[in-house]
Amino acid sequence: MNLKLKIWRQDETSGAGRFKDYEIRDVSPDSSFLEMLDLLNEKLVEAGESPVAFDSDCREGVCGMCSLTINGVPHGGHRGTTTCQLHMRSFNDGDTITIEPFRANAFPVLRDLVVDRGGFDEIIQAGGFITCRTGSSQDANEVPIPKPVADDAFDFAACIGCGACVAACKNASAMLFTGAKVAHLNTLPQGKAEKDRRTLAMVAKMDDAGFGNCRNYGECSAACPKEIPLDVIAKMNRDYAVASVKGIIGK
Amino acid sequence: MKTTCCHIFCSSIGKKYLMALSGMVLLGFVLVHMLGNLQVFLGQEAINAYADKLQSSPAVLWGFRFFLLAATLIHVLTAISLVRENRAARPDANGDEKFVQATIGSRTMGLTGSLIFAFIVFHVLHYTVRVTHPEYQQIAHYTLGKSHKEVHDVYTMVIMGFQEKWISAIYIVCMALLCLHLTHGVSSLFQTLGIRNTTWKTNLDRLAIVYGWVIFIGFVSVPIAVLMGAVPPTG
Ligand code: HEM
Ligand code: SF4
Ligand code: FES
Repeated sequence: MNLKLKIWRQDETSGAGRFKDYEIRDVSPDSSFLEMLDLLNEKLVEAGESPVAFDSDCREGVCGMCSLTINGVPHGGHRGTTTCQLHMRSFNDGDTITIEPFRANAFPVLRDLVVDRGGFDEIIQAGGFITCRTGSSQDANEVPIPKPVADDAFDFAACIGCGACVAACKNASAMLFTGAKVAHLNTLPQGKAEKDRRTLAMVAKMDDAGFGNCRNYGECSAACPKEIPLDVIAKMNRDYAVASVKGIIGK
Repeated sequence: MKTTCCHIFCSSIGKKYLMALSGMVLLGFVLVHMLGNLQVFLGQEAINAYADKLQSSPAVLWGFRFFLLAATLIHVLTAISLVRENRAARPDANGDEKFVQATIGSRTMGLTGSLIFAFIVFHVLHYTVRVTHPEYQQIAHYTLGKSHKEVHDVYTMVIMGFQEKWISAIYIVCMALLCLHLTHGVSSLFQTLGIRNTTWKTNLDRLAIVYGWVIFIGFVSVPIAVLMGAVPPTG
């Protein structure tokens, strides 16, 4: 396949970025999107130009490192697919593909297509864990958890923290990510004990880190490679209300 | 963890709660207001008696007015604060920004809301304070059949009002905007209050569309009937 690429180039966070046009020939339809970029970078290096910086790690859809807004949609807009799992056969020969970083002021661009998603780490540090020491793994069924509850928690835990939800949201809201973490831990008996404290702390940090407010567009869930449902946001809203009221009428 | 009222008034989720709760108050009001208006079709006596009853206790009337004003102000000021924060959270679009699935209603809440606010101001000046049309003050009083009480002739005023085509046009267009606002708002508020899930979303989305259309049809039936001459000027 031969393709035209419109790629965002930016030297540093404070610098002004701009789109640069590239052409790439003989791309295998079976290569992944990131392999196509690898190929482009090889050619750029050969020609003595600086390669395009982008993030990736596992390249099998589990780590959440790859990002990229492709043709205006984070991860390219194929249901339940990360950028690393997107294949070139999804495009047509001769297509022009626009590639941008995940856009949000809480995700500053470090270079080209690489953004700093440290805001997510701060949210996790605020309460995305269980404080007791859990020791080595317990015997199965020592803590009985009904199957539907375990299934829900498992679905919510599928979030890989990629940030596509924030990039997809026109308000740069992190509600889907934070909701997934809150809902995952607040659903399970091990996490329930600290439910109120966790919800309040994570939401406070989320607001602090400069993410926007949810307006129930639902764009986040549509872009999420792990198909995290909007239900997690409703659950977080509910848990937040309960925690706030308890905190006011409690001691 | 100790919380303060600031958790409710200053946080992102807290503000959404204010939005949803004030929206609910307005929703209830709009429905009752629409049902009240439909009494035009029951004739001059019915709607004038109803209007008089609403005015009968100044304390209750002003209580309601302040309550509605407070809900409106909370709704509008919170909306402004949310939108400003959201603009700050998002850099200007550079490439082609796409919407994948957000509805037109959800994307235009700020626009429809602002126009509805302008409409509310106009509407109050038009029919409540009656400064846009001083001639409404000249309408002869109506004598209620039962109590022989002299009351303001709302029936005649409404018909006079809607016989002006541009007035009717403004009302009809603004009710269409309200309909659009509600087709997102009514479902969205359940999500905001944390009482919606994937299964219920479909039903609540339908409810929102039905609610929006009921409100729209209910309100515009009056100006349309007046324009078609279906409501006789004096009953
Ligand atoms: C006075 C002018 C109004 C303005 C400026 C306004 C503005 C807005 C905005 C910007 C939102 C979106 C909030 C968001 O998406 O996060 C919203 C939501 C909403 N509005 Fe309004 N609105 C107005 C009037 C009304 C009226 C008259 C009603 C009811 C009859 C209403 C009912 C709602 C509801 C139910 C929501 C959904 C709340 C939620 O998502 O939780 N609004 N409004
Ligand atoms: S909720 Fe989905 S889109 Fe958001 S960070 Fe998690 S996996 Fe990525
Ligand atoms: S590189 Fe790990 S999810 Fe894409």
